[in-house]
Amino acid sequence: MLIFTARRIAYTIPIMLGVSLVCFALVHISPGDPLVSILPPDASVELQEQLMAIYGFDRSYPEQFLRWLGRALQGDLGNSIATGRPVTAEVMNAVGNTLILAVTATIIGFTLGGLFGFVAGFFRDSWIDKLASTLAVVGVSVPHYWLGMVLVIIFSVELGWFPATGAGPGGSSQWAWDWEHMRHLVLPAVTMSVIPMGIVARTVRALVADILQQEFVTGLRAKGLLDRGVLAHVIKNAAPTALAVMGLQLGYLLGGSILIETVFSWPGTGFLLGQAIFQRDLPLLQGTILVLAMFFVILNLVVDVVQSALDPRLQRG
Amino acid sequence: MRTSLLRTTAAAALAATMTLAGPALAETTLTIGMTAADIPRTSGQPDQGFEGNRFTGIPMYDALTHWDLSSETDPSVVIPGLATEWAVNPEDPTRWTFTLREGVTFHDGSPFNAEAVVWNVEKVLNDAAPHFAPDQVGATTSRMPTLRSASVIDEYTVELVTSQPDAFLPLNMTMLFMASPAHWQALYDAVDASVTDPAERAAAAWTAFAADPSGTGPFMGDLLVPRERFEMVRNPDYWDPARTPTIDRVVLVPLPDANARTAALLSGQVDWIEAPAPDAIPRIVAEGNVIYSNPQPHVWPWQFSFTEDSPWLDRRVRHAANLCVNREELQVLLGGYMGIPQGTVNEGHPWWGNPGFEITYDPDAARALMEEAGFGPDNPLEVTVQTSASGSGQMQPVTMNEYVQQSLADCFFDVTLDVIEWNTLFTNWRQGALSDGSRGADAINVSFATMDPFFAMVRFVSTQTFPPVSNNWGYFGNDEFDALIAEARTSFDGAERDAALARLHARVVEEAPFLWVANDVGPRAMSPAVGGVVQPKSWFIDIAPMTMAE
Repeated sequence: MLIFTARRIAYTIPIMLGVSLVCFALVHISPGDPLVSILPPDASVELQEQLMAIYGFDRSYPEQFLRWLGRALQGDLGNSIATGRPVTAEVMNAVGNTLILAVTATIIGFTLGGLFGFVAGFFRDSWIDKLASTLAVVGVSVPHYWLGMVLVIIFSVELGWFPATGAGPGGSSQWAWDWEHMRHLVLPAVTMSVIPMGIVARTVRALVADILQQEFVTGLRAKGLLDRGVLAHVIKNAAPTALAVMGLQLGYLLGGSILIETVFSWPGTGFLLGQAIFQRDLPLLQGTILVLAMFFVILNLVVDVVQSALDPRLQRG
Repeated sequence: MRTSLLRTTAAAALAATMTLAGPALAETTLTIGMTAADIPRTSGQPDQGFEGNRFTGIPMYDALTHWDLSSETDPSVVIPGLATEWAVNPEDPTRWTFTLREGVTFHDGSPFNAEAVVWNVEKVLNDAAPHFAPDQVGATTSRMPTLRSASVIDEYTVELVTSQPDAFLPLNMTMLFMASPAHWQALYDAVDASVTDPAERAAAAWTAFAADPSGTGPFMGDLLVPRERFEMVRNPDYWDPARTPTIDRVVLVPLPDANARTAALLSGQVDWIEAPAPDAIPRIVAEGNVIYSNPQPHVWPWQFSFTEDSPWLDRRVRHAANLCVNREELQVLLGGYMGIPQGTVNEGHPWWGNPGFEITYDPDAARALMEEAGFGPDNPLEVTVQTSASGSGQMQPVTMNEYVQQSLADCFFDVTLDVIEWNTLFTNWRQGALSDGSRGADAINVSFATMDPFFAMVRFVSTQTFPPVSNNWGYFGNDEFDALIAEARTSFDGAERDAALARLHARVVEEAPFLWVANDVGPRAMSPAVGGVVQPKSWFIDIAPMTMAE
């Protein structure tokens, strides 16, 4: 197990390097002026050249990449061109806000998704299955930004139960787990949980239905095991695949959602990414993508390790 | 049910307002939902276009000259700000003397004087100055393109030097906000000693300054939560009693999505939103809120190409296009939130000049002109216009362009729309009609501000501003226009300068290098609790004299 874990950690190093290179390349090959956020359209050519030199965009791409990578390895992702603020602090602040939202959405989505999926799989082809599957399909299909707006109209504008925007009365810097702040979290978290709920429900349903048809389950029943005992075996067998799907979903959620975070003005990574894209703020864009990609890499590593702990056969691969 | 809903909403709004107001219940708070996705820069030279100047520039900082924002009916003109008077040197018209207002202090208590003006000029023009701020250069120097340096004459007199005689300088100076040198120096000195590179120390000091700004304006910065909110409190010691605020606290919240802004207003989370979703305006009004709008110094045009073989080289065709758009109908299409242009500026403006060509809707005259020019129903004129699907100041570009396309079809034009991404369109605007990016377009649709003569007219009609120097995309210009511009630039008496600009404007309208389609009216929605609102004919609005019911 230790060797497997060490090997998986070693694999992540070239992956991370590759990710940083792809991230740098993607940002730089996209069209547009990197100084568009601070240069007006009528700026003189001399001014453009002066600022290109000040920000280092006049250097060759390999040189820019190595300088950026060197500083990134020391935890310095540079300063945002648009705001002048350090990118590392901006991204970490956004990550913290998205974590609050993603973890809440995860709890809601995975709990409901697991429950719906399990019930649907266990009572396959019954009306319970049909109801749970319908909810799962709706969850996967409904455009979440549309759902967000509908929830705002009903619960903020009409009923006034929850605030329409923001991350708390004083902003996210004063976040606390009290009702005044958590009421800002309810609508975006529910909106964000709908897709993972649907995906987890469909996955778990398929897994449970499949496992229940396997011979070992018949064997367990033949040995006189009660439903409760059979369920424990089904859960254990479904867990590795369900965990992998949940890990990916958690990764997506941690990446934030540009649409949901914009609709609710939630200052997370999606909101930050959206602004960086629209402002062509290359350091901020690179930094945000890099941190999010690293989250994915680390999350996959954790999921792999947990999966192999649950199913030792995986270690042989 | 309806009453109950309203009561519930009102109660929620009250609760939200009380929450936003914080612990001091007697404090009056005005919360504003901006269209910007981030708090505009707070260190003195805001970004985010004119919305930045509106919300973190004018409220916290003063400039040497100000725009008069006190009238809803009169054009907004330049008035004294931190300078009480100014004059050009009669022997050397590149040198200006500005006399400064005495007794003004920055929010940190340090005095405002000539040295502070020089320091603020150098922050964007002198890259050898220790406080040089490259990220403030872009938003500043292009708005005062001829300013070169400043020097102290005495404590309250400063000399500004321009690269060429330029009568527009006093208007340009509305855009250079005065930040406190003493406060910046204190923050610079407090930067961690481990940061040794002077440029990095300066950048760190400016970042700290943004979080703890100090200007001379009617409001003082209090709390910055990047990308979420910025709070300002009233400056009770402001030098102008007429603009000393009564509202205790102003909170700025970035809400880039129009529906989110509307929901925030309707749920009582904010008291004022910029650019409400047009479809939601009836609902906003039905809830007791007030919509304010007024034509802004803004033009939504097609800018024609005058390159070889361009169909717009024939003035009859340009006039026909201007006569063939029913702007009143377009206004209805936009829910009434559009102004009808009579030129780059409208009648009553000091630069109007009474042009010989009237921009109106006369499709018969337009068709006659087109037939004279050799076009007809069986021989329509094919033109392509490049535009964007969105963008600052573009209003509703696709809807509006499709309307213009259909209108012009009645006058023998066959219009093709080339819709591209906004930033790419912006780049093309600078590169000109002959660039590859323009893809052979005969016109480009980029809206622009008209507060300043250079931005309103000069950059579009001077042979000195052909691409890539500035935005004369279509290469329009000749000796006559260059002479008119030179005359305006060297008319240093305000009335003479305006008269020269009026002559220039009259000729611009007569030659019609644009199809003038619309003016933005800048709609904003406010809760009835906000009082003393004056929506001037300007991109800006003065928050200082407003009141807020408790």
